[in-house]
This record gives sequence, structure tokens and C-alpha cells, in this order.
Amino acid sequence: MEYRTKAEVMDGAAVDRALTRIAHEILEANKGCGNIALVGIVTRGAELAERLAERIERIEGVRVPVGTLDISFYRDDVAKRLSPEVHRTDIPFDVEDRDVVLTDDVLFTGRTIRAAMDAIMDYGRPCSIQLAVLVDRGHRELPIRADYVGKNVPTSRKERVRVRFRGTDGVDDAVEILEEVEGS
Amino acid sequence: MTAISCRHIISMDDLSAEDITTILDTAESFKEVNERRIKKLPTLRGRTIINLFLEPSTRTRTSFEIAAKRLSADAINMTGSSSATVKGESLRDTAQTLSAMACDLIVVRHRYAGAPQVIVECMEAHVINGGDGLHQHPTQALLDLFTIRQHAGRLEGLTVGIVGDISHSRVAGSLVPALRKVGATPVLVAPPTLLPARPDILGAEVATSLDEVLPELDISYLLRVQTERAEDMPFPSLREYARFYGMNETRLAAAKPEMLVMHPGPMNRGVEISSAVADSPRAIVLDQVNAGVAVRMAVMYLLLGGEPHGAAA
Repeated sequence: MEYRTKAEVMDGAAVDRALTRIAHEILEANKGCGNIALVGIVTRGAELAERLAERIERIEGVRVPVGTLDISFYRDDVAKRLSPEVHRTDIPFDVEDRDVVLTDDVLFTGRTIRAAMDAIMDYGRPCSIQLAVLVDRGHRELPIRADYVGKNVPTSRKERVRVRFRGTDGVDDAVEILEEVEGS
Repeated sequence: MTAISCRHIISMDDLSAEDITTILDTAESFKEVNERRIKKLPTLRGRTIINLFLEPSTRTRTSFEIAAKRLSADAINMTGSSSATVKGESLRDTAQTLSAMACDLIVVRHRYAGAPQVIVECMEAHVINGGDGLHQHPTQALLDLFTIRQHAGRLEGLTVGIVGDISHSRVAGSLVPALRKVGATPVLVAPPTLLPARPDILGAEVATSLDEVLPELDISYLLRVQTERAEDMPFPSLREYARFYGMNETRLAAAKPEMLVMHPGPMNRGVEISSAVADSPRAIVLDQVNAGVAVRMAVMYLLLGGEPHGAAA
């Protein structure tokens, strides 16, 4: 199936501003960053976590712990298909009693987040798990919502949301909606 | 798509070089799981794995069982004495019985080469060879590759001396082709009486003197001398074997300073490996055991995940 860009919904500057706002919101909701840890879902959620940590450091002068999480082994559709690539999970801190902020680029069905929460629980019992996403595109299949959202982007189920990041993709930050090319 | 190109793992011939890399990379992720406090993943929930071990084994069977359980699969062990084979049931009938119970994966160990292939032909489930006769033991070779890569940082270009009873070793049967596939050089080191009739068929170099090849080796892989068959061993005595082919501190000193010592276990201390070497940091035998669980988790995940083969997106 072929896809073409229907609309660019965020450019580099918009992504930048959204991340700055989310960093402030996280600090506000948690009354500082004393107990926070960020866990990014690979691959773009990991870059998101890293960037939020940089911003939090700029604001508060404190480096919060950052981990990366691969949810391949927690997916509910392992029997149907394998993850294209399994990355290493690396959570270099104790999640016990932490306020863990999960980060991902796009929130869609909520199944990835369900898997990620199960994975975090296998490392210990966090004080809370919060969710920060750059884009919420709707179409939830589970009772899951994000605590921090960069932008709500209404989409049709058939469309795709493509997030590109400097670090992961080597191009300027951008969020686009892609639509199927008819007859492809 | 990370799936591997085969439905069953019977011999190293089933796996391409890319498959091997996929398995080792996936195993890296599972190794991390084995270091957690909660060593369990929900990945294969609801899947049934039968360990059909018709030949005695504790470490391999335990390793497969732990791997299955850490992936949340239901693992059932069947050993020779507890199975109907002692009542005279044929292997084919045993396989068809298990097939009728709708199991998803069978790990087979059997004293005759080719037994896992018989099982492949009469049931739907995926089959992993857990060691068949003098033929192959592919997951052992995979965990050995994993351990070598972990310590040396690479596989390509390494020279691995496989020392000992080559002719009776299914470990060597899998390790030689495995090393060749990943670009390493296997060298078989044994007295002529412990070499197969046509070692050239294996495609490995052959040496009869360990001391001669020792300085070239990056890894010394010592095979177990089957001391339980001492009366018909094809060499004069265990002492003589130890003198010419045993790894000891003197030989370790003559080897490359980074040469590692491996052994598939169980070790005969004082025969193929001296106690001092076995306990030295150059021996990575326990890392091999540790890698076994992660590698077996990886092959179970890769065989059982995804649509029935071919249909995978």
C-alpha cells in the first residue's frame, strides 16, 4: 500500500513548543522532578523521553533518569505477527515508588501503552504511571488516556500519522497525516 | 520482519547466516529479562511446549523448561522413563499422540540421529532438536555463538579450536557448520582415533597436536571425554589424554592472552580441563549456561510468534 502526505500538522517549531509545554506540565503536575523518571517506548518515544529530560534539566537544573522500553514481548498480537525489530530494554533505575512518565510519539489504539504498563510493572511497583505523547490521534480500543498531549489530531482510521525526529530519522522534526493512494 | 526462515530447527542447515544473527540479537533482549527481579514475560501465554527427552539430560531440559516458563508458555516435560516408549510405543505414535493434544512446539532429545525429523513428518507442531544421537544439537551451537560474540565482540574472523571426541560429538556436529556460517574458522583438534573417518566433509581444518595450533586459537572449545565409557575409549588412558589434549595452566600461558576456554558441560575436571583453568576467568562455561536460557527463549519466540509461516506480514 502506498501513502502520500495529506497534511503537515506540526513543524519543527510546533514540536519544539509542544515539548517545552509538556516539560512544564510534567513539572507542575508532579510538583518538581524529585521523584520523576522518564521511560520512552522505542524508537521515537525514546527520543521524546530524552528530549523532555533535556528540557526538564534546563528548567529545573536536575537530570531526571531516562530509560527505554521495547514492548515487543508484551504485545497482545505476538501470535499474529512479530515485531519488525526487537530493541534492547534499558531501565537503569529502580522503578519502585517512582512517578514514571511513559513517552510515545503517537497514541492510537492504546494497546502499546497497555503493553508498556505491563512491562513497567514487571520491574517493580511504581508510585504512578503517567503518559506523555506528542500526538493523540484518537480511535482508542482500551480505556487509556494521555496525561500530557502535544497535539490532538483528528484522523480517520485508514490514515497514518508519521512522526519524524531529528535524532531518529535525520530530518527536521515533523508530524504529518498520510493518506492511502487510491488503487495502490 | 524478523521471523526466521524455517519452521523447525533440526540442524544448523535449517538456519541462514541472517537467521543466526536474528536469533542472537533477539536473545540479547531476553538476556536482559533474565537479569530482572521478575523474570517473566507474557509473550507465549496459552502456548504449549513439550520437552520430549527420551535420553537422559538435566541441563538442556532444565534450560528449555526455564526458557518456556519465562515466556509464560505451558511447559510439560516427558522423559524416557515416564513416557509410553517404555511400554513399547513407537516414536511416530508418541508424536501423533502429542499432536492430537494440540501442542505448539516440541523439543526432542533422542539417542538416534534423525528422530526429530521423524517427528516433523508426523505432526503439525514446530520441532526443535534438543540433541539427536551423534548428529546435531543446534541450540547448543547457537548459545555458544552468543557467548563468543558477547565476550569477543564479534564472530567473523575468529579461530575456534574444537578439542576432543569429535567423532562422537553432536555438539561439534552443530558448532562446525555454525561457525562456518558466521565467518569463523573451526579447527578440529583430536587424536586420529577420535576423529570421524572423513573429517574433511565437515569442512574444518584438522590438527592432531593441540600444542601446535594453540597459539592461533581465539577460543578453545573442549569437548567432554565420555568417561562413563572408559573401557572402550580409543586412547590409552585418561591421564594420557589430559597430557596431550587437556587444557591446563601451562597451555593457557602458551596461548593468546585473550584466548577463552569453553566447554558444553558437564566438565571432567582433571581430564579435558584442569580445575585451575575451569575456575579461571578465562573459562566462560557458566556464561554459556546463562546464554542457553536466553537463546532458547529467542528460538521459541521466533518460531511461535507470527502467523503460521509464510503468511507473516
